[in-house]
Amino acid sequence: MINNVIEISGLYKDYDTVAGVFPVLKDVNLTISEGDYVAIMGPSGSGKSTFMNILGCLDRPTQGEYKLDHQSIKSLNGNELAKLRNKTIGFVFQGFNLLSRSTLLDNVSLPLVYANDSKMLRDEKSKKLLEKVGLGQYLNSKPNQISGGQEQRVAIARALINQPRIILADEPTGNLDSKTSEEIMSLFNTLNKEGITIIIVTHENDIADHASRQIRFLDGRIVDDRRNQKFEEIY
Amino acid sequence: MFFSMLSEAWHAMGANRLRTFLTMLGMVIGVSAVVLMMAIGEGAQQAIKKSIDSMGSNLFVILSGSSSTSGSRTGSGNSSALNINDANAIGELDDIAMIAPISTGNAQIIYAGNNWNTVIIGTAPSYFSIRGWNVDSGNLFTETDIRSANRVALIGKTVVENLFGDDVDPIGKTIRIKKSPFMVLGVLEAKGQSFDGRDQDDTIIVPITTAQRKLFGNQIPGSVRMIMAQAKSEKYMETAENAINELIRQRHNIRENTESDFSIRNLTAMAKTASDTARTMSMLLGAIASISLLVGGIGIMNIMLVSVTERTREIGIRMAIGAREKDILLQFLLEACVISIVGCIIGVGLGLGGALMVKKMAGAEILISMQSIALAFSVAASVGVFFGYYPASKAAKLHPIEALRYQ
Repeated sequence: MINNVIEISGLYKDYDTVAGVFPVLKDVNLTISEGDYVAIMGPSGSGKSTFMNILGCLDRPTQGEYKLDHQSIKSLNGNELAKLRNKTIGFVFQGFNLLSRSTLLDNVSLPLVYANDSKMLRDEKSKKLLEKVGLGQYLNSKPNQISGGQEQRVAIARALINQPRIILADEPTGNLDSKTSEEIMSLFNTLNKEGITIIIVTHENDIADHASRQIRFLDGRIVDDRRNQKFEEIY
Repeated sequence: MFFSMLSEAWHAMGANRLRTFLTMLGMVIGVSAVVLMMAIGEGAQQAIKKSIDSMGSNLFVILSGSSSTSGSRTGSGNSSALNINDANAIGELDDIAMIAPISTGNAQIIYAGNNWNTVIIGTAPSYFSIRGWNVDSGNLFTETDIRSANRVALIGKTVVENLFGDDVDPIGKTIRIKKSPFMVLGVLEAKGQSFDGRDQDDTIIVPITTAQRKLFGNQIPGSVRMIMAQAKSEKYMETAENAINELIRQRHNIRENTESDFSIRNLTAMAKTASDTARTMSMLLGAIASISLLVGGIGIMNIMLVSVTERTREIGIRMAIGAREKDILLQFLLEACVISIVGCIIGVGLGLGGALMVKKMAGAEILISMQSIALAFSVAASVGVFFGYYPASKAAKLHPIEALRYQ
């Protein structure tokens, strides 16, 4: 039986601006099952980033239902949302968003600090993950001492540290060259094969082609939602 | 969790050393000022308390008024209005515990090749109980010595130093006061300075009868220069003063609306004024020092606000990976507290050093109490929490998305 890890129905999001209420998302309905690999596409201003923020529990919908793992987030308070971001969801950003003053090891283990793990356990887990993304020799380097592709690997390791069910990646390859992009995408593919649900926002078709399902936003609505033929061919 | 946050706070401080140092400096100056000022203020109070204690408690001094001879007036205590009977009558009053008649004068004293000029106090044995004064060695004189006007003397520490030096034991030796020989009966214990700054140990005490008959000769028999009276306790002070006033006026047949030929001084009230002044001074010093502590706190708040703005993006990242509001709050609060507490430790050190230096260089009495250090510490910690709270809560209340987008 397929487990629907994300269920969204009748979702609206308005922004209050000086000019008045501005609707960003209008009646979005979407179901994503566990283990899926979804690319969200669309031009800028189409609402895909706002949608991503709501998926990631960083923002709340104005109206409509969002169930994460069968639990409606409407009923959750700030601390419970923070716990979801900490344990259930892993974020990967376009700008990597590492803490520049901290070592790679500390960056990766930061979510564990908020999960209340001991220092020893944190270091052990982080070391393992950094080795997994191929950065085992840079444990004590600072983010400005490594390349962009390596930084993004650190960010992915950080997203994985609490063994999340879902990875949300917002333009993860936007700041990387095509070769490095491929490396990062193949890392996502590996993770997806391990059973993690992956949702990527992108506007590049090459990147979207790695996903098994492609969703297109336009003016705050989903206008296209299909299985990716190429994905079936490649994998 | 707490410790990893503490270590993060420590690292965050290290990220901008100069700024942290300058912020801390405000705290350091504030705390060291408080510690130093309190040490000086409490030291002054302590010094005054000591001299008040050395004076004796609940005391009145009744002085005879001034006399005037062919238009030139003398100071108080120079007429011969008071006599020994007045003293005894005061002693009969209900509110009075003890009295001591006193005659004083200056005299040159000689022992072997040394001579010294000092205050001679002629009085009765009750004087020693009133002033809580005892001998260090030897004995006090007694009523017998008063009755037979014996030539015995008790000498103060300063006199011993100047007349005998360190090597000679003065007990039993004969000294000459105004050329007549006196036997040293005992050495008085050190009293130190009085609250008006006189050296109380620079004195010789002899039986009042001896003083009157053999030292300050040409006086009216039985007259005394002053009477020291001790009230039974502090609450009788006021009634005692009125009773003494009325009694002596009656005894001297002074009509209403006429000036008294004596005056009453309430030594305890004077001492209280002195100690109140010292307390006011030390509170004033403390208050001024506290203002610098406040300024230091505002400095912390200022820098924390800058820091929160600068690190908005970092706060967003932390929130995105699972930090709760209270985690962010705690993080920034801890940073403010670490700055203020480290500043406080340095400040206490500097303050103590400064206090010791003041003691050494200015010779002023200082008193370092654990209370003042504890006070400075708790004030510093609460300054950290108080001034750190607003910036920290500002950080905690940031919206994760806006914080993440912040450039």
